[in-house]
Amino acid sequence: MHKVTTVQSRTIVMPQADIDTDQIIPARFLTTTTRKGLGKALFADWRYDKEGKPKPDFLLNRPEAAGCKILVAGNNFGCGSSREHAPWALLDFGIHAVISTEIADIFRGNSLKNGLVPVIVDKATHGWLVENPGVEVTIDVAACKLHLPDGRAVSFPIDGFSKYCLLNGVDQLGYLLEHADAITRYEHTRPWKP
Amino acid sequence: MSAKSLFQKVWDDHIVVAETADTPAVLYVDLHLTHEVTTPEAFSVLRSRGLRIRRPDLTLATLDHSTPTVPVTSLKDLDVVAEPAAAAQIRVMIENCHEYDIELLGFDSDARGIVHVIGPELGITQPGKTIVCGDSHTSTHGAFGALAFGIGTTEVGHVLASQCLLQRRPKTLAIDIDGKPGPGVTAKDIILAVIARIGVNGGTGHVIEYRGSAIRSLDMEQRMTVCNMSIEGGARAGMIAPDDTTFQYLQNRPMAPQGEAWDAAVTRWRNLPSDADATFDREVTLDASRLTPMVTYGTNPGMAIPIGEPVPRATDASARKALDYMGVTESKPMLGMPVNVVFIGSCTNSRLSDLRLAANLMRGRKVASSVRMLVVPGSEQVKRAAEQEGLHDVFRAAGAEWREAGCSMCIGMNGDTAGRGELCVSTSNRNFEGRQGSGARTVLASPLTAAASAIAGQIADPRLLLPQ
Repeated sequence: MHKVTTVQSRTIVMPQADIDTDQIIPARFLTTTTRKGLGKALFADWRYDKEGKPKPDFLLNRPEAAGCKILVAGNNFGCGSSREHAPWALLDFGIHAVISTEIADIFRGNSLKNGLVPVIVDKATHGWLVENPGVEVTIDVAACKLHLPDGRAVSFPIDGFSKYCLLNGVDQLGYLLEHADAITRYEHTRPWKP
Repeated sequence: MSAKSLFQKVWDDHIVVAETADTPAVLYVDLHLTHEVTTPEAFSVLRSRGLRIRRPDLTLATLDHSTPTVPVTSLKDLDVVAEPAAAAQIRVMIENCHEYDIELLGFDSDARGIVHVIGPELGITQPGKTIVCGDSHTSTHGAFGALAFGIGTTEVGHVLASQCLLQRRPKTLAIDIDGKPGPGVTAKDIILAVIARIGVNGGTGHVIEYRGSAIRSLDMEQRMTVCNMSIEGGARAGMIAPDDTTFQYLQNRPMAPQGEAWDAAVTRWRNLPSDADATFDREVTLDASRLTPMVTYGTNPGMAIPIGEPVPRATDASARKALDYMGVTESKPMLGMPVNVVFIGSCTNSRLSDLRLAANLMRGRKVASSVRMLVVPGSEQVKRAAEQEGLHDVFRAAGAEWREAGCSMCIGMNGDTAGRGELCVSTSNRNFEGRQGSGARTVLASPLTAAASAIAGQIADPRLLLPQ
């Protein structure tokens, strides 16, 4: 995984609550056998018309969305399925962080394992971001702070281990395999076997 | 020793390395279920790193998501009936399982089926196990008192390579449901009422334990329907304490313990239920005797109402968007809304008892001429059992299609979809925009309500068709 220390960008704002993984990437794109190139399927049913042409009024198709790395989304972003294709599609499109008041568990875990930063903020901060789309913000992963253009620095939670992995580009599988001896011991000593 | 919940007992039993303030727990996985959609990239990572699979004997694979529901007896058939990408994905799964020595219940197996249907029916889903799968409806297996949850593809790779996962201990939520549900009220209606109550994010960060007399009196297939939709309330896992109903279901199933091992297992399983004074981070109660059949009216499973009640008014832009997408009218009930498609199937409601419920209502009746109806059994075993009872004849005589096992129109990956603008009454688990096909509209309901709606050609209350 790549190192993630800061994400700095203007924001794209999708205030709708409960944006599910079927919207982030519809299931018909999941017949792929690779994680590559999924950005074109991101929000496909909202982004393209019946003929597959981009809808000019959809947020991601507007000129001001170009180059934005931070998505501000409504409460409970990423609910629904376990498809890791959702963070893969966001990253491939160029989104490196999602800010919301709540982010669904499986999506959040998948995001952290791919270097997509989930940022949970309070309602007031979220409300301000929704009302001020396109502002330039900076996410400082080491300090767990979201810096707003008016000088405010808002704290957000990330557990220490996930933060360490993001900052150092640590791949969690490598860490897990370091425990091979403990796993073997567990397998040999547990009172029942599956 | 302090009192423990069912969840806490299973969690503690699988700790390889304890959680600290700085590091998550290393949690052992007893059963890893896999299917064709969420695994290819995990195998690619293993291959590129030259890693072996630590315990191929603890992973079981099947084909269900992008798999056709028309008969496929060979890979040659597959290329004819499946989209090229879906066929390629299935081939990759077959090759990966072969290369890494993983048991695959594929087209040549009479046990193939939806991953959350076959685990229980083979008896490999057992109380006290940790069970994971790259699929959010893995919560289904919690009906047996297992700790079962969905994982992403990176984590599928973690399990393949280490048989473990890095996990933080979730919080616990007890949902107590007492009272006897009235006629025509099924497990599906109970869980839709639960999600409507707690919201689609009500269980985020929690493992649910469903308790109470209404849960105890459910059979195993109904308990699976309840636990299946835990994730629709935001909870990765939902559990029910194992009891004699659980043990009777499992006894003599091919992958369940046999003989002395069975007796030892039951003794161990009897210790799993939550201690009387176990505490939970949150508790919610529900009276099952007050429930009626439920339907969804919006674009997430929390937007559910009793079938006779009016659609709630939209109070914000998100709710407004959902009502507009669904084409429903505020303050009017869903009853009477014209239906184009009815789907009976999915890991929520595709088991034998679900098909019996629907068939008993449809026997001697016809699907309305304006409705296309698809009945998709959850597994090859369910299909055979249903055919032995003649259920397929009931569905066909009514005008419904009877298909091979798979996820089918729940996720619409295999070509089984509802059309743009069509309204589908579905026994599946998600009514998200476009879930069953681009622009398709989904109303979630029980097999009874789905069958009644197919006959009426509009959303209908099944209680009017039940024998008095």
